[in-house]
Amino acid sequence: MAGWKSPSENTVLGKPTPRLDGPAKVTGRAKYAYDVQPAGLLQGKILRCPHGSAQIISIDTSAAERMPGVGAVIITAKPGDIMRFAGQELGGVAAKSFDIAQDAVRAIKVSYKVLPHVVHEEAAMKPDAPNVRGADPNTSTPNTRSTGDTDAAFQSAAAVIEGTYSCAVRTHNSLETHGTTCKWEDDTHLTCWASTQGVFSVRDDFAREYKLPPANIHVITEVMGGGFGSKFGAGYEGILCANLAKKANAPVKLMLNREEEQIAVGNAPSATVEVRMAADGDGNITAVDAKLHGTGGISGAGVPFPYIYKVGSTKISQISVFMNSGGQRAWRAPGHPQASFLMESAVEDLAIKLGMDPLELRMKNDPSKLRISQWREGARIVGWDRRNAKPGNGKLAGNGRYKRGLGCGAATWGGGGGGGSQCKVIISNDGSVDVEIGVQDIGTGTRTYCAMIVAEELGLAVSAIKTNLGKTSLGYGVGSGGSVTTGSTAPAVKRAAEAAKEALVSAVAAKMGVDTDQIELIDGKVIVKGESGKQVPFKKACSALGPGGVTGDGKWDASLQQNGVAGVQFAEVQVDTLTGLVKVIKVVALQDGGVILNPLTFTSQVNGGVIQGIGMALFEDRKMCQLTGRMLNANMEDYKMPGSMEMPEFVSIAFENPTAKGVSGIGEPPVIPTAAAIRNAVLNASGAALYHAPMTPGRVLDALAAGRKG
Amino acid sequence: MKAFELVNPTDVSGAVSALTAAGREGKLLAGGIDLLSEMKEYIATPSIVVNLKAVSGLNKIESSAKGLKIGALVTLSDIAKHPTIAAKYTALAEAAESVASPQIRHVGTLGGNLCQRPRCWYYRDEHVICLKKGGSKCYAIEGENEYHAILGGGPSYIVHPSDCAPALMVLGASVDISGPKGNRTVSLDKFFILPTENLYKENVLEVGEIVTHITVPAPAAGTTSHYLKIRHKESMDWALSGAAVALTAKAGKVTSAKVVLSGVAPVPWRSPEAEKALIGKQVTTAIADRAGAAAVAKAKPLGGNAYKVPLTRNVVRLAVLHAAGVKG
Ligand SMILES: Cc1cc2nc3c(=O)[nH]c(=O)nc-3n(C[C@H](O)[C@H](O)[C@H](O)COP(=O)(O)OP(=O)(O)OC[C@H]3O[C@@H](n4cnc5c(N)ncnc54)[C@H](O)[C@@H]3O)c2cc1C
Repeated sequence: MAGWKSPSENTVLGKPTPRLDGPAKVTGRAKYAYDVQPAGLLQGKILRCPHGSAQIISIDTSAAERMPGVGAVIITAKPGDIMRFAGQELGGVAAKSFDIAQDAVRAIKVSYKVLPHVVHEEAAMKPDAPNVRGADPNTSTPNTRSTGDTDAAFQSAAAVIEGTYSCAVRTHNSLETHGTTCKWEDDTHLTCWASTQGVFSVRDDFAREYKLPPANIHVITEVMGGGFGSKFGAGYEGILCANLAKKANAPVKLMLNREEEQIAVGNAPSATVEVRMAADGDGNITAVDAKLHGTGGISGAGVPFPYIYKVGSTKISQISVFMNSGGQRAWRAPGHPQASFLMESAVEDLAIKLGMDPLELRMKNDPSKLRISQWREGARIVGWDRRNAKPGNGKLAGNGRYKRGLGCGAATWGGGGGGGSQCKVIISNDGSVDVEIGVQDIGTGTRTYCAMIVAEELGLAVSAIKTNLGKTSLGYGVGSGGSVTTGSTAPAVKRAAEAAKEALVSAVAAKMGVDTDQIELIDGKVIVKGESGKQVPFKKACSALGPGGVTGDGKWDASLQQNGVAGVQFAEVQVDTLTGLVKVIKVVALQDGGVILNPLTFTSQVNGGVIQGIGMALFEDRKMCQLTGRMLNANMEDYKMPGSMEMPEFVSIAFENPTAKGVSGIGEPPVIPTAAAIRNAVLNASGAALYHAPMTPGRVLDALAAGRKG
Repeated sequence: MKAFELVNPTDVSGAVSALTAAGREGKLLAGGIDLLSEMKEYIATPSIVVNLKAVSGLNKIESSAKGLKIGALVTLSDIAKHPTIAAKYTALAEAAESVASPQIRHVGTLGGNLCQRPRCWYYRDEHVICLKKGGSKCYAIEGENEYHAILGGGPSYIVHPSDCAPALMVLGASVDISGPKGNRTVSLDKFFILPTENLYKENVLEVGEIVTHITVPAPAAGTTSHYLKIRHKESMDWALSGAAVALTAKAGKVTSAKVVLSGVAPVPWRSPEAEKALIGKQVTTAIADRAGAAAVAKAKPLGGNAYKVPLTRNVVRLAVLHAAGVKG
């Protein structure tokens, strides 16, 4: 079967195509889980523990049950249970209005025995820290690995650096919060409008919960406002919502608020490395000796290290630190942005110590041929030769209050796809074309490329194709995690489109009395080859089909996807030496993603990654208070994320991989190198060496002062 | 949000009597940007809300040779775009423009901006009963305090959130207040009070009192002013540190200087030390820096907010240079 055509042969694929659901989203016509309003809808609200650690003594729901307008009260915890973080769920209420639901939740009397908590990572690592996991210690057994002889390498090294690098816990802050609207059609059939990255995983969770056949559960996500890794499965809130709906015998909507979104449904773990690193005189990295730790609250954490570089010898020891805060979840390339920040910062410092161009050191130790070409191309585009030869010293830095500099960093990611996807392309005898696949579009552009692939095969315009997706009643689609959606979905769509085309062509050929191989579909027309002039508009040709039209079925095909993508980024920043404010002037991002289906949504993924990378570099920091055990900035005011004024000039490049045969998603990789590139650019600009992200004005001022002292 | 009764008086005296009758159970609503979020988060739980927006005549900017008279309901965006304010009362226009986002400035009022409650993350957490809410300790002292006060702190270490207040103060503004005991005018210098005076409020308003107007005298000839606000996130953020500066100069020498800081103290913080460093001087980078150093000489950071000391020093320096029209 055919592979992807080369870019020059395409008429639709590979051309920048605006997302099909854009107008509906910006005009508010698109209906999110939040917007669904089945008749008789009740509003749900969760009861949460306010303490960092506490044992439940008693729960009294009587006042809540008596409140007028309350449809159901459900308690999922029981006296004796230990709550392990502020925000942990105990149950919830469904009521006629959101205000009643909230009043009712507040009327539930829970008495607690407050227990000691620990919410700071360093404190949690101390032997006398309050115990977070019952019998198990707060630190996991070290995961250790080593290669080669680090001792010898350090001894013979031309340069050695030693330092501690770290980055903070961040939260996902999806614009659409977690939650569902649930409606029981009868005792054994549930419809659920979910904000999810995986309609089928939500379906399966409900099927398990209620011991029902999966076919009895219908999960719908036609549009979705971001998840970044935090929205798989029904979740506590989904199951509670369906249970409340069952108990109240009415549909229930339960969406989290901003605070709940930050405390209870995931975060990106912190990461800290104490590292020694050595290089020989030729710039080969000969040894990395690293001790890593990170916290995912009540869940484990870890990062790949020494990340992308080939290193002569390694000694790595890594632990997870447990503390009384909400558990981590996958966050856009789990562990990789942290790894990149830690490793690329150390590599930069090593290059400076060696007196070598940091880019040269990187290229010398980077095993990826593809990335080497990206390094080269990126350096050319950003004008790497403009960089200051010494940190804080050079023409680009200048002598004034504002100093500019350049830095870079790299990424690797898997992507590709996996089996199971089932797609249908239906051509009706009125000429309409529908593509159907259950997979959800989490905002990345799935809907658009599905239509593009079919349009390409059938010689039609994208607007002629209707995509129906985000429903478990359609063919299986994968969960959108690990950047596998495109690699799993696009092959099935292509195969289905080919099958539909074949069926159409054979019907048309029979009617016209020509061989099928004489028929071509081009530009909205069915053309008979050779016999010039003989052509029929697509719509008209479709009247050759029976009343049922034709349906092409497509399954995943490994040959149409590929795994393993590379990326590099270069940042230009400006440091205000009087205020410590860092402004990112420009980010040049080169990202490979195999065969590129839609360069427009591709670059918008890259831009989005860069924006979140700027957040990690300069702003985002989940703050916990050890006195209260609570998160201090569970809002979008004190938990700072980049806004319009923080945007750099984006030079986001869909990097044509000359050897690519298959497609791959790239939702995750473009967020990976940004923070590292910014950190290294700040150093190049101002001489301020930052060891912790986010690089707040306070930390930058401190680093500038330390730099001045020498 | 706790259910409440909404009262819509049509004149100031009606608002005063409704508010007075409600006593501690009442709250005055202007734009609602702050009050409604306090109510949604159960920080304020009034049972009666008196809607000042139903009162007519409080939404005008009157400009005359004597100065400005601004109704309490005038929005921040109206102030920011008023040509006379931008030209003659520059610091005020700049301060209004620096607040939050366009959406908030379209709704938020000047009265509400002056009377808004602190943003301290302990104060704003329903589950934390801090000193300001009748508890026994200010959590900022031993807790997380990177946004807290370095000057005038104790026993509470909030910072006053208003950007407009420092600008109005350097311009010599005062507020007209109506209350159950009649009307009074209070200079903004005396309007804000430190936690040592009263822990539970940030200004002198008594129960039932309403700010009706803000008056600003016309600046003396040769006066220039500037408000500089440093925010971590430029798109929308509170001041990490800010400085309003008004300078009157004659023959190149400063004859009068006013410096008021934001983001660093429980009240908009007047700095006589910085003012003294400027009076009688010709503004240069060295003089401006000396004013900055003087402004923070008595700073007592808590730990997490030590960066505010060098930052504020530089902010004062930059604001003074800008107000004086000197390139730094
Ligand atoms: C996300 C966010 C960011 C913000 N950023 C900034 C910022 O950077 N700088 C800044 O200065 N502000 C900022 N604000 C605050 C905003 O400017 C003020 O909340 C707004 O100006 C208040 O005006 P309002 O009319 O909405 O007040 P309301 O919310 O109606 O009232 C605020 C308080 O003042 C009292 N009050 C109101 N009017 C009067 C009056 N005439 N007499 C007596 N008491 C009165 C009310 O009872 C209430 O307690 C921000 C607010 C938000 C939500």
